[in-house]
Amino acid sequence: MTNESLWSIFINASLVNNFVLAYFLGICPFLGVSAKLETATRMGGAVTFVMLVSSICAFGIQLLLVAIDAPYLKLISFIAVIASTVQLVEMFIKKVSPALFRTLGIFLPLITTNCAILGLALFQTNKGYSFVQCIVYALGAGAGFTLALVLMAGLREKLELAEVPDVTKGTAMAVMLAGLLSVTFMGFGGLGG
Amino acid sequence: MATPTKSSTDEFIKGLWRENPVFVQVLGMCPVLAVSNTALNALAMGLATAFVLIMSNIVVSSLRSFIPKQVRIATYILIIATFVTVVDYVIQAVSLDLYKALGAFISLIVVNCLILGRAEAFASKNTVGRSIMDGLGMGIGFAFALFCLGAVREILGNGTLFDVQLFHDSFQNWVVMILPSGGFFTLAAWLLLFNWLEQRKERKAKTATLALSGEVAQ
Repeated sequence: MTNESLWSIFINASLVNNFVLAYFLGICPFLGVSAKLETATRMGGAVTFVMLVSSICAFGIQLLLVAIDAPYLKLISFIAVIASTVQLVEMFIKKVSPALFRTLGIFLPLITTNCAILGLALFQTNKGYSFVQCIVYALGAGAGFTLALVLMAGLREKLELAEVPDVTKGTAMAVMLAGLLSVTFMGFGGLGG
Repeated sequence: MATPTKSSTDEFIKGLWRENPVFVQVLGMCPVLAVSNTALNALAMGLATAFVLIMSNIVVSSLRSFIPKQVRIATYILIIATFVTVVDYVIQAVSLDLYKALGAFISLIVVNCLILGRAEAFASKNTVGRSIMDGLGMGIGFAFALFCLGAVREILGNGTLFDVQLFHDSFQNWVVMILPSGGFFTLAAWLLLFNWLEQRKERKAKTATLALSGEVAQ
């Protein structure tokens, strides 16, 4: 267990060690879903939500695995439990709030096996966070992911109107933009500590 | 997609260049960017991924008639996760330094979309032999691409390749290449190169057909 303050965990996860721009987790949705601002915002919401759920799951699994002394099952059980929990939650939301389901629903199955989700579960276990710290960590990571996605979408929407050479169209341009964003985020390096 | 007429050598070759997982299909980006800060890390990661890819392709294709359609994705993920756990422990046993350098990214091979993608798109529809060739081709193509990135980043960012000093002492390291943003920039540069090659090929093909039709018209 670490004594990091909750605030510093949040800032660290969202800005300093941004999941997308510093750890390169969740690059696929970052490049895939960042073409429109509205979709990007929704995707960010969905990812934050799944992160929260999986963080709680991972915390429970870790306790269980330590108790039965089977650390080699970590990866398999993380993946299996997170995937099925998200599926359950998805059905639950569909039943309870169709409006919310329409906003988040399409993305949920997509992001279950997103590396950012599994990465979060693994990092929090490696760092030995307590339950509350885990939740804050998940929220911070989600906020950071959303921020990166929204910034990227805004840039790409502007870029639609710009005249770029043929060769740079598509993924190459998106990757270059991500590089620039990543440089910007390095500026947060001194925060949080 | 593979057609039955293709030879298995074709399945192997396509992953290396024409359908290169990184440069052409842009799959499995997370490890590509994260661990490519030195050539050695990149190569190790590439080989680990290739191993998991080949093994999971073998298992998935040999079990393809037993796996029910509804739960296939979950089954594939479990198969992949098993091999990743194996790789994780093997690397830890062989070289602890490497294990520390790669960190959580070894475990994250599980969610590499390339592996799941090949299981779903290829191994679940083809024989074991073809799946092995496909896995080999894609795996080596992936490792090759990772190495390309890692080598560029290490040479420019550190002035070394496999820890061998390449330049005179006066060489100023491009620190940015080692940092996360350098990964994005290097990848963008490679993608640009591939786009350019592709477009040049298309242009050539077009001028060739134009010339041909011109001759016919005359």
